[in-house]
Amino acid sequence: MTAVASHAHPPTSTGLDHRKIAIWAFIGSECMLFASLISTYLIYKGRSVVGPFPHEACNPPVCATHLNPILNIPVTSFSTFVLLMSSLAMVLALAAVENKGKPGYEGLLGSSKFWLISTAVLGITFLGCQAYEFTSFVHEGLTIRTNLFGSSFFTLTGFHGAHVTAGVLWLITLLAIDIKRGLGPKDALLVDIAALYWHFVDVVWIAIFTLVYLIK
Amino acid sequence: MADQFTHTHAETDVHAMGEVHEHPTWKQYKWVALILTLITVVEVWIYYTPFKESPLFVPVLLIMSAVKFAIVVLFYMHLKYDHKLFKALFTGPLIIAMSTLVALLFLFGKFSGR
Amino acid sequence: MATAAVSPSYARTSSGSPSGIWSWLTTVDHKRIGTLYLYTALAWFAVGGTEAVIMRMQLQGPNGRVVSAEVFNQLFTMHGTTMIFLVVMPLSAAFFNFLIPLQIGARDVAFPRLNAFSYWVYLFGSLFMNASWLVGMAPNGGWFGYAPLTTLPYSPGLNIDFWMLGLQILGVSSLAAAFNFITTIINMRAPGMNLMRMPMFTWMAFVVQFLLVLAFPVITIALVFLQFDRFFGTNFYTITQGADPLLWQHLFWIFGHPEVYILILPAFGLVSEILPTFSRKPIFGYPVMVYSGILIAFLGFGVWAHHMFAVGMGPIADSVFSMTTMLIAIPTGVKIFNWIFTMWGGNLRFTVAMKFAISLVALFTIGGISGVMHASPPADLQQTDTYFIVAHFHYVLVAGSLMGLWGGIYYYFPKITGRLLSEKIGNWHFWLTFIGVNLTFMPMHWSGLYGMPRRVYTYDAGQGWEIFNLMSSTGAYLQALAGIIFAYNIFRSRTHGEIAGNDPWEAPSLEWSIPSPPPDYNFETIPTVTSRYPLWDIKHPELTASVPHSRHGDERNDVSLGGKHVGAFHDHMAAGTPEGGLNPNATQASSKVSLKTAEELGIPMPYPTIKPLWVALFMTLMFASLLLIHKDKLPLAMAGVVTFATLMTGFLYAWLTAPLEPHHH
Repeated sequence: MTAVASHAHPPTSTGLDHRKIAIWAFIGSECMLFASLISTYLIYKGRSVVGPFPHEACNPPVCATHLNPILNIPVTSFSTFVLLMSSLAMVLALAAVENKGKPGYEGLLGSSKFWLISTAVLGITFLGCQAYEFTSFVHEGLTIRTNLFGSSFFTLTGFHGAHVTAGVLWLITLLAIDIKRGLGPKDALLVDIAALYWHFVDVVWIAIFTLVYLIK
Repeated sequence: MADQFTHTHAETDVHAMGEVHEHPTWKQYKWVALILTLITVVEVWIYYTPFKESPLFVPVLLIMSAVKFAIVVLFYMHLKYDHKLFKALFTGPLIIAMSTLVALLFLFGKFSGR
Repeated sequence: MATAAVSPSYARTSSGSPSGIWSWLTTVDHKRIGTLYLYTALAWFAVGGTEAVIMRMQLQGPNGRVVSAEVFNQLFTMHGTTMIFLVVMPLSAAFFNFLIPLQIGARDVAFPRLNAFSYWVYLFGSLFMNASWLVGMAPNGGWFGYAPLTTLPYSPGLNIDFWMLGLQILGVSSLAAAFNFITTIINMRAPGMNLMRMPMFTWMAFVVQFLLVLAFPVITIALVFLQFDRFFGTNFYTITQGADPLLWQHLFWIFGHPEVYILILPAFGLVSEILPTFSRKPIFGYPVMVYSGILIAFLGFGVWAHHMFAVGMGPIADSVFSMTTMLIAIPTGVKIFNWIFTMWGGNLRFTVAMKFAISLVALFTIGGISGVMHASPPADLQQTDTYFIVAHFHYVLVAGSLMGLWGGIYYYFPKITGRLLSEKIGNWHFWLTFIGVNLTFMPMHWSGLYGMPRRVYTYDAGQGWEIFNLMSSTGAYLQALAGIIFAYNIFRSRTHGEIAGNDPWEAPSLEWSIPSPPPDYNFETIPTVTSRYPLWDIKHPELTASVPHSRHGDERNDVSLGGKHVGAFHDHMAAGTPEGGLNPNATQASSKVSLKTAEELGIPMPYPTIKPLWVALFMTLMFASLLLIHKDKLPLAMAGVVTFATLMTGFLYAWLTAPLEPHHH
């Protein structure tokens, strides 16, 4: 018994790290958060009394002037692709950290810094697309106050965007640590939990893209 | 060292705690990315075809996005290779969340054809 | 023992740890945080209780004139909100904090600083919400805050702003604590402490953390919608824009019903600790108690709309929610019967803790039965919005949750302070509470069935309600008296109570194997656990000999579900000495054991830190800045939000980059 006594921390009951259990519990909790947001969007779909609408044009007399359908599928398809690619960059960043110094992980493509920057840049690109999308919607007459669609759309996608923003800050923090002291195999867990969060945000977007943008 | 949560791995490395390894490889990651891209392309493509009016459009899209969802979770979040505890921590809440969503849509009459 | 009288074990065991205000502001010790939760929640209990007494003074007779209708609205809103979010949940959190690490044989929680953060958020959030009284604009929309009544056109004042921002802040506290405890219970159990050997309290706490993690995001989103509606003019609850008045109700109760189990299951857990100890019998049907707790929680997510039978959801929804609600009575009934069978044939000792525990079993059953009554939609339509409902939920929350928590305080006070609460004063507390609770809430069944609606600030004579209201008010005053006696008992016993020693009750679980109060590091040596009742196996093997209790080689190590073998529990290093690390002579007064400090033992303890307090404070101020929006000072509000968010993030980074403890890898 004295082996587990005073001097060190006892090994955890499961052999797993605390932080990884916590992040998975957090992700479980986030499932409920986004389920509430998505439910509300879907419940209110088709219930707005004034335009603009997501998929249909709105003409007088329902709307004072002609309003185009709002959703811009090409731009969002591009940003969806960008976010998927950021997930690829993220797993490669994790692989680079875990295998730092091993054969096959030399040069730019084996560099955790490169992949962390790539992930962050792709994330920022996604946010840029969202900013473009939001401003163009406002120009076309849809704000968060216009109708139920505007309220639920901007809140849902805005919450997702806020999650991406937090993820980008997290990635930049990791990058700063990497530049300062270098991330190696023993830091893999730090990158792993950030990656889990990042992929989860991606997964939520997969659902949003289908439920909000593609399904009429 | 073995209670019901502990991995069957005889020597879990206590120092790299949590990393029950055997992650997917580079090659797999790229294949996954390719599959995800292809599904996304198909999703957007059928949006622009007459198939959009078909009653099968919505179910097909839902299945495709569910597949994408599952692929990212299983490979990129390496849940397929990870400790079963993490599977439980994710799938339990996911099931409750999805059931709640479906129940809400039902309660608000979204399945009654209105 | 002479030395013990002069120098209580408290002084002895805390000699190695610093004292003074600063040590409390910077503490990351789960026991100190638990203590902070305990006393803060008791203080809010006094506030919430006062609110109740004022309401009962108003309703004591017809046409009461103690308070205006507006103040009455604020009183019942704040009474409900306070008792649920500032009293019962934090009291449960006090026990989670204090007990979980002790019961599973750990030295702290998984994230000690996050734990401190949870407490400070709770403290600042509760102060923020109650600051509304100071400006005379306490929340007035009911604890359920039904939108659209809480939207700007109907509630233009700051009242609802205080409420929704306050709840948002408190939600952060609960969520942070829940992730912490989930990780702690999964990952910090002592060797051999497999899941089916965990004490029942830890089990129920474990279940509650999952409820918190899944229920709070939903209220968060409902509140975000309300904030956006009130601050930014969105339309989530604007009926003229096509919004559905039921959206809030559904989201609220998807949170609200699991919340009910968040309030009651910790008390169930405490009672499951108290009854076996004072019956001198292991708990009856331990695995079934565990499974029924899990089942209650799981079913709890599928019953929310029974709070909404009166809104007309249609026959299918009504039937489904009625049936799922009635289903929950089964696992709950199982628990009630298992408690009774635990006592059956036992060698009962009627301590104050035991009396509170038994009255929970008896009185919760009354609340449970009236619950099954309004699980039936036709009956519910008669009862909804009447005092019958008030009677029901006070039987489950006061006679249930609070009775269990009071029992828990009498049972664990000696572990927390090193001194026993006075049983003599405690008996006065118990009997006054018991009589007061029944005198207050039993007549409400009648006033409700005679048609008295909830939330009315006054009523006319001649409707047959006078006598019941007089009884209820008298009962409330008795409860207030009981509360004062309780407070006196705590103040007196903290310094003058009998010295407790390690194990004053001869209890079976790990927390009683260490000194009272426990040293910083809890366990000098992490114990190895080989059964459900480690201390009884050593000290009273006759109590556990004939009961399967997951000992090594016990047939219960094999798990089967529905006759199918699905797995087995294995023993951690159990081949070595049994009950390693436990002191078989634990009953000896702790004052005889000279306790070493963590430093002397070479146990790394987390550094104290003030940073979680700052992060919590700036987060609260960030939310509080939003109040300025309704003073038409949007730029100032935004400046506040940005400033405090920046400060919060800065301190968060400082916290995350500072090492937790010496020599930590």
